[in-house]
Amino acid sequence: MSMLPREGLTLAGVALRLGGRRLLGPLDLQVPPGEVVTLMGASGSGKSSLLAFICGTLDPAFAAEGRVLLDGIDLAPLPPERRRVGILFQDDLLFPHLSVGGNLAFALPPGLARSERRERVAAALAESGLAGLEGRDPATLSGGQRARVALLRLLLSEPRALLLDEPFGGLDEQLRHRFRDLVFRRAAERRLPALLVTHDRADAAAASGKIVTVDEDFSNDHKE
Amino acid sequence: MAPALRQIEIPYLRRRGWLSLLPALTVALFLLPVLAGVIGTLLPALGFLPGLGERTFSLRPLRELLAAPELPGAVIATLVSGLLATLLAFLSAVGLAASLQGTRLFVWLGRLTVPLLAMPHAALAIGFAFLIAPSGWLVRLAVDLLGGGAPPDLPVPGDRLGLTLAAGLWLKETPFLLLAVFAGMNQLPVARFLDIARSLGYGPATAWLKVILPILYGQLRLPIYAVLAFSLSVVDMALILGPTTPPTLATLLLGWFDDPSLAKLLPAAAGGMLQLFLAVAAILLWRLAELGFARAAGPWLAGGRRGHRGGAGRRWGAAAALLLLFLASASMLALGLWSLARRWPFPAPLPIVWGLGNWQGAGPDLARALTTSLLLASTATAIAVVLSLGCLENERRHGLHPSARALWLIYLPLLIPQISFMFGTTTLLAWLGLEASLPALIWSHLLFVLPYVFLMLADPYRALDERYRRTGLCLGAGESRVFFAVTLPMLLRPILLAAAVGFSVSIALYLPTLFAGAGRYITLATEAVAANAGADRRLAGVYGFLQAALPLAGFAIALLLPRLVFRHRRGLLMARGRP
Repeated sequence: MSMLPREGLTLAGVALRLGGRRLLGPLDLQVPPGEVVTLMGASGSGKSSLLAFICGTLDPAFAAEGRVLLDGIDLAPLPPERRRVGILFQDDLLFPHLSVGGNLAFALPPGLARSERRERVAAALAESGLAGLEGRDPATLSGGQRARVALLRLLLSEPRALLLDEPFGGLDEQLRHRFRDLVFRRAAERRLPALLVTHDRADAAAASGKIVTVDEDFSNDHKE
Repeated sequence: MAPALRQIEIPYLRRRGWLSLLPALTVALFLLPVLAGVIGTLLPALGFLPGLGERTFSLRPLRELLAAPELPGAVIATLVSGLLATLLAFLSAVGLAASLQGTRLFVWLGRLTVPLLAMPHAALAIGFAFLIAPSGWLVRLAVDLLGGGAPPDLPVPGDRLGLTLAAGLWLKETPFLLLAVFAGMNQLPVARFLDIARSLGYGPATAWLKVILPILYGQLRLPIYAVLAFSLSVVDMALILGPTTPPTLATLLLGWFDDPSLAKLLPAAAGGMLQLFLAVAAILLWRLAELGFARAAGPWLAGGRRGHRGGAGRRWGAAAALLLLFLASASMLALGLWSLARRWPFPAPLPIVWGLGNWQGAGPDLARALTTSLLLASTATAIAVVLSLGCLENERRHGLHPSARALWLIYLPLLIPQISFMFGTTTLLAWLGLEASLPALIWSHLLFVLPYVFLMLADPYRALDERYRRTGLCLGAGESRVFFAVTLPMLLRPILLAAAVGFSVSIALYLPTLFAGAGRYITLATEAVAANAGADRRLAGVYGFLQAALPLAGFAIALLLPRLVFRHRRGLLMARGRP
């Protein structure tokens, strides 16, 4: 897979409708590898639904049109688990029934030997300054630790694109800065195209990439 | 107007695999046979029963039914006990919630409703009868404290109007409606609504009645109708607590269906239709009353009267809650005492000779009944859990949003009196060559286990944050891995609770066991009723106690197992709002 040319994430004429009402789009967007494009807009403007559409988990109540390409591959025929699109939400959504290590191992590709799975989990934790937390109950971690474990879990699944659904909203100011920088740094290191949805101007500024606004007026313009 | 919109469906859609067949299979498995059963009872009611050589349609069965001398008394006792029990249970559930919400007693009541609900009908009725009979425990205690001689001469249990039966049903059905109230309240921001109403000057009970009840009532409607239909047609409790000459309608019909001469079969089938008519009429009557109250309540709701601070109401509510808890636990205790009593003459407050003889004496029959009960309950529950999970997972994968009408379908077996369709289903089973077989028994239990299991599972399943599933999928796990590794473990607690409810429903079932088993299978329920009919209090105590103990054990496992499995997973244990 890594032989594929990195072309990034492309949205071509993507529009969402719900019950005949135009929610968003049509949207044309190019997210180059290693860059963060920010999507801003009021709540209810369909930003999260757009991310769900890219993931392949959009509720069938929505109607969608347009194409999504990841590194030149049309995602439409692929089920979510084969799209290799990672998503971070505002809540960390660590699985509460699994340990920290269990959460990370869940994301590793299948077919690895048990010892290798263990090593890769331990190495990932150590790299992020979380060494030795494998056996911990996620509920006992601090908010910052949980956010970092969620990011680690996402990266271990070896995604080829990153979707960020206001992932910094739940953190306090100081943590927010640090976690935001970490996410953007990792995305850049791995040359992942990242699409950030937020209504926070500071987040958008920190992303230092293109900013696209999909606010109420914009969707009104396109209402039928 | 946007130019020439290309309307493209999402190309990627989940393959509609075997999972999407499950809802249809589930419906086929339990709705079709119920309807077939109603038709199979309706036809003989109209004189058509080829098995007996009756092939001409006529109203003769109906005329025979109406000519039966027992009928008027039976219908009166049925209506009095059924309507009174439902009304009392509804008023109690609503009254308790209105007067006690926000108190510690209410929290306790919430925790205790599920074990209260788990008490099987027969066991509860036998224990209740032990308690309130003229020679029962309460009188014994009174005589012991106050002195006195012979047991009072009261027709309890078994009064002609069915008042004792109504009391027993009240005891059984109030927890069910309370559970529905609790479940409904969990879905509303009750505390915030009440805070607003209180800050506008409304007393706590008035605030609950004016703000919460109107929103909640829609969700109570189907449970109330189920209680109504059930109370009007209950058999096992009526055999224990109800009148005998004449008995209630359903009990009378059971005797006719069982009549060895078969001469009463056709009028019994007609009686099944009368029973159905009574249930439907009672539901319609209740609906009319609802509409009347809704209209009358408008001015009351908007009238601005604030009500009192609620001290007196709170005391009454507390008294009612304690009475309910006392009667239920004392009934259970009385069962246990009788099962261990070798000699317990009137008016001794406790047995004078104790021993395990009753248990040993019950011997092989007890073992057989226990084995059959366990087998039936665990198989029917396992099938019900698998089917319910399959339907819910299917609904979620395809983003289906079932309508309120679908809920009626699920409730259907609970709304149609058992005596109105079990005869027809037995005919169907016989026609399939399954009469009196274990599969037939399991299926007949599944019929009643499935609705409860589904209803218990649906809310927690639908409430599970969809983003966990999406996260799992986007991490590269397929649908089935997400289901088994994320959804199931996260829902372990509600799944086990639903299973415990299903298990307790099966352990309690009486009439379906009789019909589908054609009397060839004995369960704890059938033997408890039989021992009670034989006036053997000690044996009835043994069967009743065991019948009541099994569901409690099921609930204990359902509550303790997740605590054990997830003892190091705080996030999963704390994120529970329901009682």
